[in-house]
Parts: sequence; structure tokens; C-alpha cells
Amino acid sequence: MTSDPISHGLTPEEYQRIVDALKREPTLTELGIFSVMWSEHCSYKSSRVHLKTLPTTGPRVLQGPGENAGAVDIGDGLAAVFKIESHNHPSFIEPYQGAATGVGGIIRDIFTMGARPIALLNSLRFGPLEDSLVRRTFSGVVAGIAGYGNSIGIPTVGGEVAFDESYSGNPLVNVFCLGIAAHQDIIKGVASGAGNPVYYVGAKTGRDGIHGATMASAEFDEKSAEKRPAVQVGDPFMEKLLLEACLEVMKTDALVGIQDMGAAGLTCSTCEMGSRGGAGVDIDVSLVPQRETGMTPYEIMLSESQERMLMVVKRGREAEVERIFEKWDLHAVRVGEVTTDGKLRVRNHGEVVAEIPNRSLTDDAPLYRRPMSEPAYIAEAQQLSLASLGKPAAPADVFMRLLASPTIASKRWVYRQYDHMVRTNTLVMPGMGAGVVRVKGTRRALAMSVDCNGRFVYLDPFAGAQLAVAEASRNVACAGGMPVGATNCLNFGNPEKPEIMWQFARAVEGMGAACRALDIPITGGNVSLYNETDGRAVLPTPVLGVVGLIDDAEKVVRRAFRADGDVIVLLGETCDELGGSEYLKVMHGLVRGVPPALDLKREAALQRLLVEATTSGLIKSAQDCSEGGFAVTLAECCIETGLGALVDVPAVAAGAGFGDISTLFAESASRVVVSVAPGREAELLSLAAHAQLPARRIGLVAGNRVRIAIDGRTVIDVPLAAVDRTWGTAIERYFEPARAIA
Amino acid sequence: MKFAVVVFPGSNSDHDAYYAAQHVLGQHAEYIWHKDTSLKGADAVILPGGFAHGDYLRTGAIARFSPIMAEVQTFAEAGGPVLGICNGFQILLEAGMLPGAMLRNRSVKFVCQHVLVKVEQTDTPFTNACRPGHVLKIPIAHGEGNYYAEPDVIARLERNRQVIFRYTNAEGVPTDAANPNGSVANIAGLCNEGRNVVGLMPHPERACELAIGSADGLVVFESALQAVVNGVGGHFSRTAVAR
Repeated sequence: MTSDPISHGLTPEEYQRIVDALKREPTLTELGIFSVMWSEHCSYKSSRVHLKTLPTTGPRVLQGPGENAGAVDIGDGLAAVFKIESHNHPSFIEPYQGAATGVGGIIRDIFTMGARPIALLNSLRFGPLEDSLVRRTFSGVVAGIAGYGNSIGIPTVGGEVAFDESYSGNPLVNVFCLGIAAHQDIIKGVASGAGNPVYYVGAKTGRDGIHGATMASAEFDEKSAEKRPAVQVGDPFMEKLLLEACLEVMKTDALVGIQDMGAAGLTCSTCEMGSRGGAGVDIDVSLVPQRETGMTPYEIMLSESQERMLMVVKRGREAEVERIFEKWDLHAVRVGEVTTDGKLRVRNHGEVVAEIPNRSLTDDAPLYRRPMSEPAYIAEAQQLSLASLGKPAAPADVFMRLLASPTIASKRWVYRQYDHMVRTNTLVMPGMGAGVVRVKGTRRALAMSVDCNGRFVYLDPFAGAQLAVAEASRNVACAGGMPVGATNCLNFGNPEKPEIMWQFARAVEGMGAACRALDIPITGGNVSLYNETDGRAVLPTPVLGVVGLIDDAEKVVRRAFRADGDVIVLLGETCDELGGSEYLKVMHGLVRGVPPALDLKREAALQRLLVEATTSGLIKSAQDCSEGGFAVTLAECCIETGLGALVDVPAVAAGAGFGDISTLFAESASRVVVSVAPGREAELLSLAAHAQLPARRIGLVAGNRVRIAIDGRTVIDVPLAAVDRTWGTAIERYFEPARAIA
Repeated sequence: MKFAVVVFPGSNSDHDAYYAAQHVLGQHAEYIWHKDTSLKGADAVILPGGFAHGDYLRTGAIARFSPIMAEVQTFAEAGGPVLGICNGFQILLEAGMLPGAMLRNRSVKFVCQHVLVKVEQTDTPFTNACRPGHVLKIPIAHGEGNYYAEPDVIARLERNRQVIFRYTNAEGVPTDAANPNGSVANIAGLCNEGRNVVGLMPHPERACELAIGSADGLVVFESALQAVVNGVGGHFSRTAVAR
């Protein structure tokens, strides 16, 4: 590695800033340390000014952004500790290990806080499955998530997967993890108390992952495959030992603070812990357990080897801590101590090789207010002329085409590879909507959902981000969960392009506005920029993960219809809103129009009603309408329990002969298909009227067909078995062509 | 009664087995660390699911050398009831306490889903509370659960009625479609010649409450209780339960 700032991803101005901070030229080790800490990935230098506008506080918030993960109060003296993080770049270069180490990283973030992880979800984006390279990436990512999560014994209880050309060369792999901790057991990533020993625990350090954070801060091009050495290799067994050992040590109160070594490894953990505690950290890298010979201080400080933690132990309690790690056959090595001078001092066999004020690496890192401008494509793409599309296909044909679209089709091929039942808490199996786990030792349960429709955000970043918030929280509310907190993962292109920066800023504004209106604090998250290949950005994809609290686990509501004869009610109103829909994409290859309108007051009222009417036992099933619109949602309500539906809905007025299409497939917001016991629909309709929500009885759970009429005229009438076959096997068929023919 | 739940480094269903025994069945359970050398007076032993020692070699290949395994062997030889679930079953195979071996699933993928298994024999300490032919809905979650043994071994197992659980359809017929991993003769679980050591790939501890999808697995724990408390079934009353 040369000492050239440019090859370290630093600009000449940034280099000068380093010289100013140190009042001298940096050593090679120092240059490496600055380059990773000031990378976009670690410093959030382009995004921080915008992130500051998000709502992060509330009566339940125990820990907001800035720690390893956020935490909210869930009653009974317990906290839900959760966060979402991306591992997009590594997953493209090496799908299995990239995704696996993404899972490993977020799990460490959670147990570092003193919480036992109990659930994982993921939000994934890939190119079209017709492309064999995409299939390889897709199956590798799913296998990597499974390989890591399954081994460690944390169930993957939900998530979402969508497909679009823009992700072909840049898949998105966002992983969410939630853990439970008693309030008083939450522990933070701080170093304090001069003379307290600093311990290194876990796996040995190798040369893997050096400059991973820098890689994640640049675009991809044809040379990206050469970056494979910057991807780490995961060892879930080591992580499982680390998890159990750390939770055991945390019970002793012998720790001052602890942080995992994720991006930028030993560098990030030392300077961040020191900075948070207002202290200095003095370590000697020659004491760090190494799995390769001849490693330089530069390499040791920048390695992103997995399954490692840094701990500050109370002086005098060392033996106690070491004994626990010994029990688990792990290294716990004293590598330095806390100092008072606020500096990160790195030694090699005693000789100082780097000495940097912690603050200059963290709080005083560069901060950019990058130029923004509205992209030219937006005005053009928002124009949608249905008349130019010609006569629409028959509704029944569209229905089957949409059910076979991988974005809509069953994700069984995916979640069957994830252990989703270990820990025996999973109350709602994965499939769609929220994942729900009970909290043992209490009556409560937690519903979680991760959502974003990148097409909506592409067409209108502000509105699209609001719709993501609405959908994620609505999913949680459908299960009976009151949204209590959220975490975001903002996936965008190159922020140095004013158009991308504009998308980012508008999306953050929209997300903030929606979270404020729905009273959902964002307690942390992750930003992933430079999601571009050969200059083409992914659809802007700000994913929101929402956590909902269910007071009585026995009242959890599932999405599928429960009994023949139950009455089906559509909450909300369908409008002539085909903009950005799956219909336009699948049937016409278009990403066009404006996203559906969202009335946040109505959305809030809808979610309150859902929580109230599920808690009281009135609502027996609930499923929100999203991709594919009302018709697809109705089918989804039928499939799991094999109960058919017979409904009649009013026509939506739309021009150019698109009335039926809009009625069935428009993706209007704030709609939910629910079922109630016969005779109880009046109760629900009156609750809705009281909340000023449109609601209508549309039919019955009956038979074994999906039959939809519009104003008395049957437009879809398909046997459930055919629906199930098409929807249930669409993704599998891309991998098992022989079976599809047979 | 008291269950010992052995914890290997990498076990991950230890909590679930403990919870089923202690909180659902309402009996006592105690974790036993793999480096321990005593089962601490337990009446039955559970080797739980997971990835002991990471399973980077063959599944269960290292766990069988854990210090506690000598004690488990002695306990089993004295007729004590031992249940190996998933990875625990794999460990019993590696330890030679049950015959055969596991291959990767024929799909070459990890599979997690509810399956149906028929209880083939009720004269073991883990099935004595079942009806003969009882079809249970219990989840599987494994990548290597494709049971294999030489034809003569399979023939001997069948002759001795050592096949205890089989993957079947709802009618109890062992069809190929009902076989989730390719196991020979749809074998999901078996016992030793003494009938007191039982291993199975499905997870009964994950099916002890309707809220989590099924309560069919509880009967396995109830059987153990019945066997220990009343001396019914398997080794404890050498007389076979009325079948």
C-alpha cells in the first residue's frame, strides 16, 4: 500500500485536513486509519446533515442513534434492541460470504448492547431472475444468510424480496436483527476510566477485509471482481461462542463498555469507544492474536476479520472475565488500556506508530453539504398516459401474470432455507407482511416488518419514502402491533452526483415527515451509498424496519382467512392510481406515473383502528394491499388456509378503459383486506365510520375459488389450486426448469 | 422428573428443549455443559439440535469426543432414556449409539418446514404416550438429514422394529412426496436395540404449543415423563406396552 492519499480514497482537501489535525504529515498507519474512518461508510459525511432531521426521540426510546443499536421500552422492564444494516457491496462480489458476514455483523451489533438476539429479517433486491448471474447472486445470498443465521440459532422470521433491472449489478442485502434486554442490562460502546484494561476477544486477525469500508464507498465497474480480497469470511460457530460468552460476561457487571469490530475493525472500535467516553485508548497491535504472519500495524488496524469484539474491563475484574472466555475456548487478550488524553495511540512492540485525537476521526470527520438538483428524469417519468397503452388485457390474465411475478410470488423457496422456528417464539410464519415473535416470560409479542417500494421512491423520493413508512407500520398494525420504533437502511447511488443527493435528501425528508405523523421514532440505522455499477444507480431504496408491540400474544392476527362464511371487509379506498405499479412494470415494462397519494392522517387512523380491532378480537385476519393491488392481496388471504373468496367491489372511475385494471391492480395506499365473523361487520364498519375511514363489506370467505366481481360483473374466477400453483412455484421454477415442464 | 439438556458449543436448540421440559411439560430441566462429567442425577438425557463445534467436519463428528459423552454412553448402557434431536441424532450416529449416517438433503439445501411423521413404534420411552400409527405435525430444520444405512442394516432395523418415526402423508403412508430430505425408507427417527436411545431429525421441542404452530411434539416429552414416573415403556418395564 502506498502512502498516496488518492489511492486511499481521500481527496487532496481531506488530506490537508489530516495534516492540520495532526500538525504534521501522517504516518502510513495513520493515513490508513483516517482513510477508513473518513470513508462514506464510517463517517456518513454526505448523509449526516440530512439524517439529523429525522425524529429520534419519544417516551419509549431508551437509546437513539449513535450507539451500536437503538432500544425502545416494551414494558415489563424489557427493551427491544434492534437495527438494520446493509451488506450490499460485499454481497455482489462474493454473494455467500458477503451476505453471511452481513448477518454476523448485525447480530454482533445487537448482543454488544447486552441483548439476546431473537429474530432476524431481511430486505433483498436483485435483478431479473432470467439472468443466470442474478440467479447465482440470489441463491448465494439466500444460502449465505441461511448458513450464518441457522448455525447461530436465531430465526429469520420475515422480510421482503423484490426484483428490478436496476439491481442486476448491485444487489441490496439489508439485514435486520432484534434482541431483548432488561433495561438495566443495556451496555454501551464506551471506553472510560483511566487505567482500565482494553481486551480483544474472539477470532484472530487476518488480512481479510482490509479496506472493506473504502470499497463500500465507491461505485462498481468491470474491475470490481478484483476486490474479492476485501470481502471477509464468516465463521458462525465462532460468533455463536462469542455471543454466549459475551452475554455471560455482561451478567457480571465487570464491563465498562464493549463494541464489535465491524467496518474498519480495530480502528473504528478503538476510536469510537474512546470518543464516546471522552477518553483515550492506547493499544499495542503486537499483542493482537493474528492468524497470518508478518502483518504490519497498518494491516492489523484495518483488517475487517469477523467475529471480534473490543471490551473495556473494570480494573481488578480481569480474572473473572478471562475465566468466562476460557470456558468458551475463546481468546481474551489484554491489548492496551484507557487513557485520559483523548487520543488513539497505536504501538507496535511498544513503539508508537499512530497517535491521533479520537475526535478528529469521529465527531470532527468531514461533513459535506453536497450539491443537489432535481433529476431531469422525474418530470418525464411522472407522465403517464393510459390511452397510449392500448386496450388492456383481460383482468383474469393480468391476475395470473402478476401472481407469477417474482416480486409478488411466494418466497417459500427463500424462507424454507432459513430456520424460522428455532427459539420457539415464532407466532406468525414468514411469507408476507410482518413477522411476529412472542417475548417469553411476558404476555407480549413483537411484530416486525421491513419495507420499501423502490419504484415509488424513484418516481417521487419524498412520497415514496412516506409510502415505505406507511407500509411497514401498516404491516405491523395488521398483526395487532402498535408501532413503537423504527430503523432505516438508506440505499442510494453516488452522492457526489447532485441528482442522487437530491433523491437522498427528499427521501429522508419524506421519511421524517411520515414518521412524525405516525409517531414512530427512528432509533438508528445505516446508509449505503455508491450503489452503482458502470455509472447506473439502483432505484433509490430507503428501507424502513418497524417494530410493533402486541400486549397480548394470544391476540396476534394472521393474514390468511380463518373460516368459511366469515365476512370480508375492505378498509380504505381504491383510486385510479396505477403509477409505479407492478401492473405497469409486468404488463407494459414501465416505471411511470406518480406514486399513490398518501393521507398520513387517514393512515394513522387506519393503524389505530387495526390495533384496536385486533386487540378486541373483532378482526380475524388482516392483510395490507401493496404490490399487485387488491386482487393479489385477496388471493394471498386465501392461499395459506386454502379458503376461497367471493367478492364484489365497486368500479373505480378511470379513463381509457382502465377501470377494471385500476379497481383490481392499483396500489392505492392505506388499504387492508380484513375478515370478521358473520354478523360482526356492522361493528367494524361503525368503528371505521367513527374514524372517518372508508370501509365496505365486499363479500364472503367461501368455496375454493377466487372470484371477484366489479359491480356485479364477474371479472376473475380462478380455482384456488391454480392460484396456488402459479404463485407458489414461480420462483422455484427459475431454478428447477425440469420440474416446471413435468 | 429431571431432564439433562447437554450443551455443546454450537448447540442452538438447547433453550427450546429446556423450555419444553421445564415450562411446557412442567418438569425439571438442567443444562449440562459438554465439558462436565456428570449428568447430575437426571432421569432422561436430551442431546439438542444445533451445530455442535460448528459442524465444519461431518455433523456431530467432534461432539462425540466431548467429555460428557462418556457419561451419556454409560447412562444409556444402564438403560437410561436418551433422546437425540436433529444435531443430537447426528451425534448419536457418530458416537455409534445408533446405526447409520446422515447425507446432505437431496435438495442440497437447508430445509425448515412442518412435516408429518408417523409414530411406528410405541414401546420406547419417548413414544409410549402415542397411539400406534399416530401422525404428528412437527417441524424439521436441517441441511443434513438424509438418513442412510446399508440395505442389510435397514433390514435389521425393520426386523427389530427400530424405526420409530417415518415421514408420511396425512394418511400415514410413507410416500416420496412426504419425504423432505431423501432418507432411506422415509426414516425420520430410530432407536437402539435396547429401545432406550432414540434419535430423530424433526424437532418435537418446537411443536409443544399451538401458538407456535403445533402441539403434537409434546407427546414425546409426556412419554418420557410416563416412562420415568410410571416405569412405562422401553427399558423401564421390559414388558411392551399394550399395542
